[in-house]
Amino acid sequence: MGALIRLLAGRAAQAVLVALLVGTACFLMVRLLPGDMAYRIAASRYGYDLVDSAAAEAVRRELGLERPWIAQLGAWFTDLARLDLGTSLASGEAVTDALAVQLGHTLLLSVAALLLSLLIGPPLGALAGLRAGGGWDGALLAASAALRALPAFVIGIGLMLWLGVSWDWLPVAGVGGWREVVLPALTLALGLAAASSRVTRDAVAGVVASPFFGFARMKGLSDAAAFRRHGARNAAIPVVAYLGLQLVVLIEGVVVVESLFAWPGIGHALVHAVLGRDIPMVQGTALAMGLLFVTLNALTDLACWALDPRRRHA
Amino acid sequence: MRLSRKRLAGGLMLAAVAAFALLGPLHGADPLRQNLSDALLPPGGAHPLGTDHLGRDLLARLAAGARLSFGFALLAALAAAVPGTLLGLLAALSGGWTERLLLGLADAVQALPALLLVVLVTAFAPGAFLPLYLGLALALWVEFFRISRNTAAGVLARPQVEAARLLGFGRWHILRRHLWPEVAPLAATLFAFAAGTAVTTIAALAFIGVAARPPVPEWGSMMTELLPYHAEAPLALLLPGMLIFLTVLGLHLLAGRERA
Repeated sequence: MGALIRLLAGRAAQAVLVALLVGTACFLMVRLLPGDMAYRIAASRYGYDLVDSAAAEAVRRELGLERPWIAQLGAWFTDLARLDLGTSLASGEAVTDALAVQLGHTLLLSVAALLLSLLIGPPLGALAGLRAGGGWDGALLAASAALRALPAFVIGIGLMLWLGVSWDWLPVAGVGGWREVVLPALTLALGLAAASSRVTRDAVAGVVASPFFGFARMKGLSDAAAFRRHGARNAAIPVVAYLGLQLVVLIEGVVVVESLFAWPGIGHALVHAVLGRDIPMVQGTALAMGLLFVTLNALTDLACWALDPRRRHA
Repeated sequence: MRLSRKRLAGGLMLAAVAAFALLGPLHGADPLRQNLSDALLPPGGAHPLGTDHLGRDLLARLAAGARLSFGFALLAALAAAVPGTLLGLLAALSGGWTERLLLGLADAVQALPALLLVVLVTAFAPGAFLPLYLGLALALWVEFFRISRNTAAGVLARPQVEAARLLGFGRWHILRRHLWPEVAPLAATLFAFAAGTAVTTIAALAFIGVAARPPVPEWGSMMTELLPYHAEAPLALLLPGMLIFLTVLGLHLLAGRERA
């Protein structure tokens, strides 16, 4: 139990670190971006033609921008600790309200992508690993190397034009029923499967070559039974552990793929906020993505812990 | 570096892209010059690869994009590799508080996914190159640091290093004769991967409009601009994607082994 608590405490520390990093970066942005912040915020609210210095002063007083920076930093992190993320400069909507909607979309997309990648990658990898060095193994290696050299947006454009436009099977953008999820999820899943199929292949090849698997075969178990009883669980440990590393790919992919497919999730909102210099939204979305990353990592830790009894006594 | 068939193929791909980047300007067209009456021409004649939706020469734009991506990726990977590797060696050699501090710093950087970190840094000045470059170096140095520190720590625990120490050889000797030969090839492999990541990241960020912006001839932003014309000029949309693919695949193959 001690090992598990240490594991989760590490992830909690990571979550705090994410909040500190994102908070400091966004605070610096307010201070360092050229021009008068209050004037810019006023301009984005009332339009550049209608803004005057009185409006800018009002914004300055409202946001407390005239106080010394150390007081502002304190207030900034107090707000952050209370989960008060402010209001979007562009829409005037509370950032937490916007995030609640976007988080649902992003979670749906990420879970769909992860499940799809688990349906594609590990089974293909396991087939290659059972006959390591064979023709199927070589073909899969080539395919995964090619997929890993393609950025998510190129894969996405390819799928969009092929399945969405040429064959007209699926809608290419937006959100609605399950059909809209397929293309963005498949884009992310192909990139993830390219990596997970290789890890599965190596893990399965390692298990098949191990003495305990040889013994299981020798005592008369069929290939399938030996793999089910002795192989699968052992091979699963590195695959699940690697999922943790892949989460980076998933979160990074979400930013680009959501933008490409106009999927109204957190990644899409982050890009919009960066382009619009909507700093409360930048902070909120970056924070949400960072914490999503930490949470998914903690879940992978738990899965590894459940799969591998050796970890429980470490 | 043993020259396997894979490495050779990777090197040839990179050489082809580099030659394209260097020989492109010989064609003489200006990558920024628009001519709307020549928009979306198919390949041939004065424009060997055709033109884009604003009548700009595609060969010139793709070659300029290659120079940009190549130069940028190498610089960013170098800016990550040199401090990362050196700090890793420093951490392993000095131990104690220095090591703990550096490891904490590495953990802090890796608390966020790299692309998110780069996007946050680019948010300071969307469209500019310096933040993108700094952000990439900031995100990528950690892997060099970790691999160099872990390898060096392993080597330092070996009996022959102990023997060298007892014989009175100094740190510099141990660094040069024992640590460097083990760390350098790993750092070189990582360098190829890091350059690949830099190429993909700059293209992806340009694609979503956060980094290089039109009219800068960058592969990713060219694809953004040409996406609406996929039916009229499929080749124009395909070519930047192919170049990204060739460059990254070449770098991965040149690295010669699976990513650790």
